[in-house]
Amino acid sequence: MAQIDMAQIEIRNLHKSFKDDAVLKGLSLSVDKGEIVTLFGPSGTGKTVLLRLLAGIHPQDAGTIFLRGRDATGSPPDKRGIGMAFQNFALFPHMTARDNIASALTARKTDAGEIARKVERVAQLLKIGHVLGHSPRELSNGQKQRTALARALVADPDILLLDDPLRNVDAKLRYEMRLELPALLKRVGSTVVYVTQDFKEAMALGDRVAVLLDGRIAQCDTPARIYAEPVNVGVARLFGDPTLNLIEVAPQLVDGAPEIRLGGAAIRLPASYAAAAGSPCLLGLRPEGLRLVDGPAPGAIAVDLVAVTPLNEKSVLLLTMQGGEELLASEAGDRDEPRRPGPAHVAIDPDTLLLFERESGRRFIPAENGKGGS
Amino acid sequence: MDRNSTIERVLRAVLLTLIVIFFLFPIVWILLMSFQTNEQILRIPPSLSFVPTLENYKALISGHLLTSAGSLDIAFMRNLGNSVLLSTCAVVLALILGVPAAYAFARFKFWLSEDIAFTLLSFRFAPPLLVLLPLSLYFQELGLDDTYTGLIWVYQLIALPLILWIVRGYFEDISPDIENAYRIAGHSWLRTFFKIAVPLAGPGIAAAGLLSFIFCWNNFVFALVLASADKQPVTVGALAFVTASGIQYGQVAAAIVLSVTPTLLLALYAQRWLVEGLSLGAVKG
Repeated sequence: MAQIDMAQIEIRNLHKSFKDDAVLKGLSLSVDKGEIVTLFGPSGTGKTVLLRLLAGIHPQDAGTIFLRGRDATGSPPDKRGIGMAFQNFALFPHMTARDNIASALTARKTDAGEIARKVERVAQLLKIGHVLGHSPRELSNGQKQRTALARALVADPDILLLDDPLRNVDAKLRYEMRLELPALLKRVGSTVVYVTQDFKEAMALGDRVAVLLDGRIAQCDTPARIYAEPVNVGVARLFGDPTLNLIEVAPQLVDGAPEIRLGGAAIRLPASYAAAAGSPCLLGLRPEGLRLVDGPAPGAIAVDLVAVTPLNEKSVLLLTMQGGEELLASEAGDRDEPRRPGPAHVAIDPDTLLLFERESGRRFIPAENGKGGS
Repeated sequence: MDRNSTIERVLRAVLLTLIVIFFLFPIVWILLMSFQTNEQILRIPPSLSFVPTLENYKALISGHLLTSAGSLDIAFMRNLGNSVLLSTCAVVLALILGVPAAYAFARFKFWLSEDIAFTLLSFRFAPPLLVLLPLSLYFQELGLDDTYTGLIWVYQLIALPLILWIVRGYFEDISPDIENAYRIAGHSWLRTFFKIAVPLAGPGIAAAGLLSFIFCWNNFVFALVLASADKQPVTVGALAFVTASGIQYGQVAAAIVLSVTPTLLLALYAQRWLVEGLSLGAVKG
């Protein structure tokens, strides 16, 4: 949020409702020049709406959007100088792929040779050079998606809005594109807002991930920090597969150190969580932060291993604690002998442990001194 | 299996032939009549063997109707010209007004938009005669009765709602994102309308235009009440064949053949669009 000069995209207190349905409720976000921000959130939270407001397709109800430091309110889509790729591709069905891509240049009165050259170049980049003469109906989904992307890129817009461009393509292509896109986008050098519903995509592509929850940006940070230091339960829940375990706990101070009781065992929390003592909390445990240990050990919880689901690179373990509460743990899937259901003990990696206020859902930020959180 | 399908094929062919005969018989009969004299047409029993004559067409084109009671001047060719002029102008005007209006109704929800669109459609429900009598009084007052302008205006009652409602459905079928994408590419609103919306709704516009042309062409009562002889289309002009010395069946038949020809040619030319357009609208609408 460097305010030395204004960010490339600066959104302040944006409101938008459709009929009585408030979608955006005072959203603020700033994106720096050349930065890729992935906009992530559950479906129906208004990610696409935000993109449409940025593009000028819909007017906002209140708030301001600054593009390149200038207030864009009231400026029509054709005057905003942005590139956009739609989730449903939105190709012009009556034009060839070439004309589709060129449409972003014809408006700028570029001469024909220059247009042909630029179209050819971007088509090479996206590997659709051989289908430029086809109409959209003759293109495969992957080619359509690349054509839509080429159309957004061809005019070298300094601001690029991508609305879940990988949503409607098959899994293989999505994977390929997820690998190719970051390099491609960096090469173009545009400022990118990338909407996605897939947290892996959000974390793979974004310099920063902006989490849209309840009409506002709940958190906007690097993928690593979003994962390790979510601001609240809502954000923490959205990332991770399987999602994190949430358990109601009440930390107490025992001998001056915070401690919780979990499945009959006393678990000592890092000292930096001392402030949480005495208030109702939610304990967030990442599945990969739970480790099965041999036999009882201090800080280990007695559990019952109910089921093991092997996924290629990892196994997901379903555990129940005393009292029947369930926990999901995951571990690398390369064990020599498979685990068998039965009694087991699980230890908690204190570095991945998250503690939230039960009422507000806010995360307790560990105090600076003791080496707490991460 | 093979045998079965042969029987099926023969049956289908027979049925199709019957249907074609049923629908085409009147037209073929009229075509035959148009090459016969009144006496040949009226002889009993009717016969298919006759010496074709072009007298009927000659009479129509020259404008002199020869009856047993003497010669009569008719303005059939003028009527035909009027029909072409009135229908073409009415449809062109309705397209110019209706297509942008249809776009507006499809894309924008403005105050009273649904009510206005429905009011325009309701012109099609109203019995023409109910509207016509007061209208003719107004037209006399305004000096619009017996003018091409007045008739073309009244023909909008036929053409405009049809075009508006058919084309509106086509515009609604176009994903707004396609237009948004063109806007974002840097094109103005107007350019987007002409380069994206109109071409994509093309089949619908063609179908609506053709249909309203046919409806205008076949209209009888508006011109009967609002126009005098020299402005009347063929539908009204055909009344002239009911003469003092009887009905001139031969000439009536020839007149029908001539007046059907332009619409038939237009329909054949635009058939592909018409069928595709209408069925598309039916499925998606």
